[in-house]
Amino acid sequence: MADPIHQFQIVKVVDFPDVTLPGVGLVDLAITNSHIAMTIAFGLVVLFLTLVTSNAQVVPGRLQTVGETLFGMIDNLTDSIIGHDGRKYFPFVFTIFLLILGMNLLGMALSFTATSQLAVTATLALVTFGLVLVIGFAKNGLKFFLLFWPMGAPLVMRPVVGLIELFSFMLRPITLALRLFGNMLGGHVALKVFAGFVVTLGAMAAGGGLGLLGIPGAALSMSMVVGLTALEFLVAFLQAFVFAVLTCIYLNDVVNLGEGH
Amino acid sequence: MEVEAAKAIGAGLATLGMIGAGIGVGTIFGSFLSGALRNPSAAASQIGNLFVGAALAEALGILAFVLGVLIYFG
Repeated sequence: MADPIHQFQIVKVVDFPDVTLPGVGLVDLAITNSHIAMTIAFGLVVLFLTLVTSNAQVVPGRLQTVGETLFGMIDNLTDSIIGHDGRKYFPFVFTIFLLILGMNLLGMALSFTATSQLAVTATLALVTFGLVLVIGFAKNGLKFFLLFWPMGAPLVMRPVVGLIELFSFMLRPITLALRLFGNMLGGHVALKVFAGFVVTLGAMAAGGGLGLLGIPGAALSMSMVVGLTALEFLVAFLQAFVFAVLTCIYLNDVVNLGEGH
Repeated sequence: MEVEAAKAIGAGLATLGMIGAGIGVGTIFGSFLSGALRNPSAAASQIGNLFVGAALAEALGILAFVLGVLIYFG
């Protein structure tokens, strides 16, 4: 039987000949299942938003309500966390939120979850971190480094606290990537482990005799799988939301630098 | 001791770090509930803070889990 880690394997679906890029080296070009999952998620997000906005009415229908709720939630988020300038950063936060949500939810339907690949989550985290750096330097110039010079602390403590601040700032993309990756990986491994119990105990019960004792165990595992699946849907939404909230908080740090937030 | 066995034991020990994350997330939700029951009208505005706190506490447990996975498969 396939082990629970097997589902995270990247398989080449369409293989292209390798190319050698200058400065990068040999690149293994292929369309993988990870690629396909991300493309489907992207297509679903675009399709969803197109459907929501194509026939917009003053009194929203069911589909439009879903879209408006998601839109309003993120709009509220950027507004309450970043404040006055929040609208400017709304497109980025909304895009990354919907893409992660799409990939997470698609992982519940397909056998492959794109966000359970560290490469995917690390890219999303690095894009966010890069944007925070770019906005920080563009908006504040070299005053950006005041982020690591806490005015609230006593003077003797400032270098020490600043060093800790710098350390936690550099750890942000790592924790951002690992949180999403770990949650999706852990949840799907647990799901498949319990699903494996059902099959193993069921096969034992099919053997008859003392193996019939496996039936209550299999039933228990089956109910566990159902419960965990419901929990995974919650986690899929929650992790996308948490990613959006943390993006807003990190953006707020550099957008409203030195304004006592 | 064989390397494989030591790897399995090490990976298991590494995931013990998730105990701390469990305590942290439990404390956060427990405190939120006790606060929300005292002042239910203020509870709704703090849901965002609740999940951010839970996510931050959980991330440290996830680090331990990822370390365990790395030890086992690395």
